[in-house]
Amino acid sequence: MSSYGHGIPTGWRRWVFSTNHKDIGTMYLIFAIFAGIVGGAFSGLMRGELMEPGIHFLTMFTNGDVSAAKHFYNVLLTGHGLIMVFFMVMPALIGGFGNWFVPLMIGAPDMAFPRMNNISFWLLPAAIGLLILSTMFEGATYPGAGIGWTAYAPLATSGQPGPAVDLAIFSLHLAGASSIMGAINFICTIFNMRAPGMTLHKMPLFVWSVLVTVFLLLLSLPVLAGAITMLLTDRNFGTHFFDAAGGGDPVLYQHLFWFFGHPEVYILILPGFGLVSHIISTFSRKPIFGYLGMAYAMVAIGVVGFVVWAHHMFSVGMDVDTKAYFTAATMVIAVPTGIKIFSWLATMWGGSITFETPMLFALGMIFLFTIGGVTGVVLANAGVDTSMHDTYYVVAHFHYTMSMGALFSMFAGWYYWIGKISGKQYPQLVSKIHFWLTFVGVNVIFFPQHFLGLAGMPRRIPDYPDAYAHWNYVSSVGYMITGVGTLFFLVGAIMTLRSKTLVGDNQWGEGATTLEWTLSSPPPFHQFNELPRIK
Amino acid sequence: MSLNKILCAVTAFLFTSLLGGAAALANGIFYAEPEQLGFMEPATQVMRDIISFHNGLLYMCVGVTLFVMILMGYIFIKFNAKANPTPTTTTHHTGLEIAWTTLPIIILLVIAIPSFKLLYLEDVIPESDLTVKAIGNQWYWTYEYPDNGDFSFDAIMLNEEEGKDAKLPRLLGTDNHIVVPVNKTVRMIITATDVIHAWAMPAFGVKIDAIPGKLNETWFKAEREGIYYGQCSELCGKDHGFMPIMVEVVSQEKYEAWIKMAREEYAQIKTDNLTQVASMLPAQK
Repeated sequence: MSSYGHGIPTGWRRWVFSTNHKDIGTMYLIFAIFAGIVGGAFSGLMRGELMEPGIHFLTMFTNGDVSAAKHFYNVLLTGHGLIMVFFMVMPALIGGFGNWFVPLMIGAPDMAFPRMNNISFWLLPAAIGLLILSTMFEGATYPGAGIGWTAYAPLATSGQPGPAVDLAIFSLHLAGASSIMGAINFICTIFNMRAPGMTLHKMPLFVWSVLVTVFLLLLSLPVLAGAITMLLTDRNFGTHFFDAAGGGDPVLYQHLFWFFGHPEVYILILPGFGLVSHIISTFSRKPIFGYLGMAYAMVAIGVVGFVVWAHHMFSVGMDVDTKAYFTAATMVIAVPTGIKIFSWLATMWGGSITFETPMLFALGMIFLFTIGGVTGVVLANAGVDTSMHDTYYVVAHFHYTMSMGALFSMFAGWYYWIGKISGKQYPQLVSKIHFWLTFVGVNVIFFPQHFLGLAGMPRRIPDYPDAYAHWNYVSSVGYMITGVGTLFFLVGAIMTLRSKTLVGDNQWGEGATTLEWTLSSPPPFHQFNELPRIK
Repeated sequence: MSLNKILCAVTAFLFTSLLGGAAALANGIFYAEPEQLGFMEPATQVMRDIISFHNGLLYMCVGVTLFVMILMGYIFIKFNAKANPTPTTTTHHTGLEIAWTTLPIIILLVIAIPSFKLLYLEDVIPESDLTVKAIGNQWYWTYEYPDNGDFSFDAIMLNEEEGKDAKLPRLLGTDNHIVVPVNKTVRMIITATDVIHAWAMPAFGVKIDAIPGKLNETWFKAEREGIYYGQCSELCGKDHGFMPIMVEVVSQEKYEAWIKMAREEYAQIKTDNLTQVASMLPAQK
């Protein structure tokens, strides 16, 4: 192969100057694991503080200063949200698995713009670097930006005048630029580089999911970029976009943010939907049920996802008819989501199912996402949301969809494809322990949070009235269980890379029908020099 | 099995929510109780309606979750590799696909009708008997009684010792609090001076953002005397968790006596226009 001038670069050049989709995908995965550990540690500090009433955990990090500890809590919740969304889930699902497997699945030699792929990745370490830097600069009296991942004005403008918030905004700018470039790259790749014979309607569902996701990114991220740039000029250059005293409107920021923010949550989960479809089909040894319905359900979720944003803002004092519209539009999303859940069940129906670790995570995802889905229908109703808005019920809901939906599909994808990526077998027992500890742990964390939310506990508070102590304690115990589970993941990952057991080209047998399984494990540095033909 | 555990929790959740929330704590204080699973004890018709609508939704939630769970359980038993070594190749069933598209639509329509009813009940403000204005500040609330002598006062959270002395729950008691008459429609006007806060009173089914430069309104008609608590419900900075809301609902006579006292005790608001405008501006740093 090197005779084509495609020699494999060696040493640091291979990674820093990489234009290879698989190497870049690997770097994305490593980056996401690193960011996940940081974001997970942040949530651990928060659950540590919330384990008992009173503020006496975070004070350990602030020399006993209670006031600084309260601000530190806000910095942690901001960092946790931003890191998990922009530096963990998106890099893992889109950057990592997307980069690795979209070209392989469509029979393409690489991404359409390999050099742009490189900068898409390398902007991310810079972006997370700025975010980490922001924790060392003044926000409001104390270091760090304590504005929530939503960065609502005026808290993010006049509320926290120090440079920390500017750094956090720059971090989002870079992460956004990285994702927009990635999105363009995927769109061009999927539209132009499919193997001969692979029509859109023959494309694997994971590729469909990434295609829908990157369109959402392309259309929503510029709005976020605009909104946070307006924050920046409000902060530094005397504009009043979001300042009522100067004729601006703080609620405008929320509209702009959620116009991005709501598609963003589908960006986080859609690739997971795609992945789970493959895994369910593979381990049921049956083709996917209702392929077209599955593909267009994702398209429908993407389209409707753009017209429901204000359900995050039911308490800002919108007109009652507007609330009624957003209630109705939001509930519509339950229909395509239901189609997906039922199609997965129908795929398994009549199948010959084996319960390998990726299948366990995929099944866990389906079940837990169902719970997150039904509480989503509850929250969609503006009338009930009056009681739920900004309580732990919301926290429970979106963690069931994200921390269980997205995270479980990521782990499912990891165990499904790590054999293909590394050529080595993951350890069976360790990976199953990882699944069970995580499954039990996340439920113990988040199920009681429904109770807290119904009982009225607000989100984003470092201390709570004593009545909420019991379920907060349980929730923190759940964190510890999940934490141990995560250790098993890391140990399992190291054991896999050091393993001597090799897997063949197609580790999963007849159920795995997509093109990546026709290649060696790991695939050659450059694949498909001769394009495969799809009948 | 963890599935079993979830099932138990769901059942417990269902039952306790249906049976209603917590009772009153000591000395007429209404708030959440330890280990509570459902809503707080409602004090208004709106909150009772929210609870009953939510309980209906809960049946849907539990029904759908159980349905998916039972199907999955059945599939695991019936279609595992041992029980069913040769998989079928079915990939389509038009009837089934139409069914699982239309059935959820019907369920959603059934939900939508009472949902809209509830929404309009909450949001259309009836003729009110008195108006109270709440102004969010970092990190306390200012209250004004515009149609009762226009007095104004701040409500600041009591620290741990003060709270113990006043026998008020930790993080919830404030030095001053608003007093409203029972069974009267109170219109709340809500705004803020610096950043966005949110005025929430769970037992009344009320939560609305306090936004600088904007007047929001909501209402409640408390049906039972006692002390009710809420907390700021929009992240507003360092002490977001420490600006509680305390409302005392009393009889008409007690209310009138309180108004008399309050007019003397609390400073009169200057009706000077400039001051009013200034109070709407974000604090200058």
